[in-house]
Amino acid sequence: MKRRQIDQGTYYRGVPTSPYDLVKEITLALGVLLVVVLVLSAVLSSPDVPPVTIQSWAKSAPLDFLQTATAELQGSTISADYGPPYNIDADGLDPSDTGASVQTWGPLAPQLWAGVHQPINPPETDVIAPLRLASVGRPGLGAALVQYQAAGTVQEQTWLTNYQKALTKATTNGPLVRVPAGAYGPVNVMMQALLADGRAGALDSLLLHSGRFYVTDYTKPLLFLADGGYFPGLAQSQKLTGSQWGMMNETGRYPGQAWLWLYTLWYQIPPYSTAQNADLLVVLTMGLLTTLLLLVPFIPGLRDLPRWLGLHRLVWREHYRLEREARRLGGGGGGSTAR
Amino acid sequence: MSAEPRDDTQGPRSWTGSLRRLIERDLPIEHLLPDREPAYVGSWVYVFGVVTIAALILTIASGVVLAFFGPQWWHVSPQGHFFNSLHFWSVQMFFVFMVLHLWGQYFGQGWRDGRATTWMVGVVVFLVSIVTAFTGYLSQQNFDSQWIAVNAKDAINATGAGAFFNVLNFGQMYGLHVMLFPILIVFLVGLHVVQVRLRGVVKPPAEERP
Repeated sequence: MKRRQIDQGTYYRGVPTSPYDLVKEITLALGVLLVVVLVLSAVLSSPDVPPVTIQSWAKSAPLDFLQTATAELQGSTISADYGPPYNIDADGLDPSDTGASVQTWGPLAPQLWAGVHQPINPPETDVIAPLRLASVGRPGLGAALVQYQAAGTVQEQTWLTNYQKALTKATTNGPLVRVPAGAYGPVNVMMQALLADGRAGALDSLLLHSGRFYVTDYTKPLLFLADGGYFPGLAQSQKLTGSQWGMMNETGRYPGQAWLWLYTLWYQIPPYSTAQNADLLVVLTMGLLTTLLLLVPFIPGLRDLPRWLGLHRLVWREHYRLEREARRLGGGGGGSTAR
Repeated sequence: MSAEPRDDTQGPRSWTGSLRRLIERDLPIEHLLPDREPAYVGSWVYVFGVVTIAALILTIASGVVLAFFGPQWWHVSPQGHFFNSLHFWSVQMFFVFMVLHLWGQYFGQGWRDGRATTWMVGVVVFLVSIVTAFTGYLSQQNFDSQWIAVNAKDAINATGAGAFFNVLNFGQMYGLHVMLFPILIVFLVGLHVVQVRLRGVVKPPAEERP
């Protein structure tokens, strides 16, 4: 294949040159930038709002914690009907439910393509399994679990519905929640035990229990936190939610991922802001725009826009002035290219 | 009887010899480290790329210190927090100057005269940098990383990528952030710089005369 590239000697023929010290330039840039970054770090520091724990949730918002845990048992939370990669019909109540919240675009449902990779079954994952581990040495809790699991699905749902209603009339005293007596079988015993374990900090570990010593995957506790109202409420107060341009914000008054401004923009405007499949639409839109950015050199119009706008005349004004001068004096002007 | 041993590196079909001749022909040391450039390179627009590389060096240097002491160090140590601040502001500077460099190259039509792949590699550097910064935000182990993770998962899961790229898995995000993505960025930035040195700085567009 014939080489199309021309050598630099040919390319720069007739172009005036001047001394240039690349190493000095980058050393100076490094030095100046280091001073700037040192000053910014010393004066402004960096954000570090402590993470929310299950313990801080159970202590600060025990009622929200109980309502969320009960909803997990009911299979009525976001994570219960999330679909892949967490589950397909996690609640087990509707055999035809193959992930009600799966986002699609026409016939395309890429969320379903890879299947379930991080299995999450909220009733079992968030409530039953931790309580089973915690029931060792607690016969009352063990008996409640046995009674609950021996009951049929209809009975369980009746208890849970009653309990969820009772929680609206519950009274709180600090981290304690007093639920009026009612027909919810063993549910109150289970939930109060879960709340106690949450307050003690034990539930943070129980949710991560995998039978292995080292753990780095926080999928389970994060999904549980996200199903509640406490965690999103804190994010709202930090202006981090989607409708607050939260994706590009940072806690406190620090710059966040400002480079995500365009990605975040779509979530603020219709049809994205009201679409059920907003995430998929935004990703597809950004994928298209990114492809355009990548292929700018080949796209008529996009590649011509800077020439039409003429900002380069400002950038290289001295170069163009010298070229005009050279032309006026009858010399060459080989320092520019046609396009 | 055996034949005279042949110096394979000198042979016409030697891969090593071919690579050496390619480098000698297209990227001589005077192109890699030039001490003269076209006069138009004196414009301030060329500073952005150099400062971006300087910011990348500071980002990696501060990141190496943070990685050495582990992901929890900076939450409990004032010195660690200071190095986190250095890392944080270096990243901000890196993006500010990379975006300025990108706009500068767009308005200067830096892809002209056979430099389209240089532009494309630059765009890929920008994209990989965004993903690298994203995994960094997820690796902070604070409220921000929790919130970013639970929100970002929906977009990633919607594409099907969540099955393999689990933003709620700290270990996976941290490993990618401190190892794979930095290596990728350094390689791509190196390739981008070599592309620039290989072809030289593009000439300004010809002035359109009335």
